[in-house]
Amino acid sequence: MVTNITSFGRSGLSDWLMQRVSAVILALYTVFIVAFLLFNPNLDYYAWSGLFNQTWMRIFSLLAFVALAAHAWIGLWTVTTDYLKSTRLRVGAQAVIILGIFVYLVWGIQILWGA
Amino acid sequence: MSNLQVSVYRYNPETDSAPYMQEFQVDTKGRDVMVLDVLHMMKEQDSGLAFRRSCREGVCGSDGMNMNGKNGLACITPLSDVVKNNKLTLRPLPGLPVIRDMVVDMGLFYKQYERIQPYLQNDTPAPAIERLQSPEERDKLDGLYECILCACCSTSCPSFWWNPEKFVGPAGLLQSYRFLADSRDTATRERLSDLEDPFSVFRCRGIMNCVAVCPKGLNPTRAIGKIREMLLADAT
Repeated sequence: MVTNITSFGRSGLSDWLMQRVSAVILALYTVFIVAFLLFNPNLDYYAWSGLFNQTWMRIFSLLAFVALAAHAWIGLWTVTTDYLKSTRLRVGAQAVIILGIFVYLVWGIQILWGA
Repeated sequence: MSNLQVSVYRYNPETDSAPYMQEFQVDTKGRDVMVLDVLHMMKEQDSGLAFRRSCREGVCGSDGMNMNGKNGLACITPLSDVVKNNKLTLRPLPGLPVIRDMVVDMGLFYKQYERIQPYLQNDTPAPAIERLQSPEERDKLDGLYECILCACCSTSCPSFWWNPEKFVGPAGLLQSYRFLADSRDTATRERLSDLEDPFSVFRCRGIMNCVAVCPKGLNPTRAIGKIREMLLADAT
């Protein structure tokens, strides 16, 4: 049995499934945002903040942020285990990546629900 | 027609400080011979050239090597398939330690093969006759049992290059699925639980070099997909 303690779900199967589910969520979110921007060429602050004031948009956005966090963790963890052969370097990089993802996630939540 | 220009990887760890490429001029008399024949012609010029070969007809899997950048069996690869501009470059299988010249240490490859327990396991009492399969059950093994373990696929796989100790590799996974798909094997659950970590199966990124190089025309990527389906079905 190959061990893994810094991967997202501690299991290749769950990481693999999560990577695919999060990819679908991110694709839907991207299509929605691009379509919204295309259909609102004269977008102003009120329309934009009005969109993000709605509960369903906040849920959709938070879902996309969480999906992005999981997707980035799984993907970058894979890259570090492929290319960083020095344990010190690899664990350090993984710590920085996970910390960065955490900061971005909290920051995103703050923007969504902040003043 | 001018002589074929062949560039061969040479390395004898007892005398050479580093590997180098040696140039040969080989007269094939205009015939479209196999790469293995060219190797024999070169061995007549320099008897120190080391390479593996045995059956010379694509059955034993001894002479897997990298020919003009693509892995394959030298004995069943005609020059017309690989030679460009009258030049042929021969290197050992990538990613494995070189013992000498074209001879590589296949230890890691066999270790991964051993790990998937490549033999039938059945905990039910042995019947008086053979364990029978229906034609449909037998059909599931087609495209799996034909593997000759030449290592052309696993040594062309970047995921195997980076993690040969943890990723089983396309050859091992094709054989793993051969036993997972076998109706006579009862160790399916144990086999699957040994594969669900992030490396053994899931380090496959679908690059499909394995499919491109397999000299027997097999499809390890499809077998890996089937293993994933079985894992998913078992765990959800």
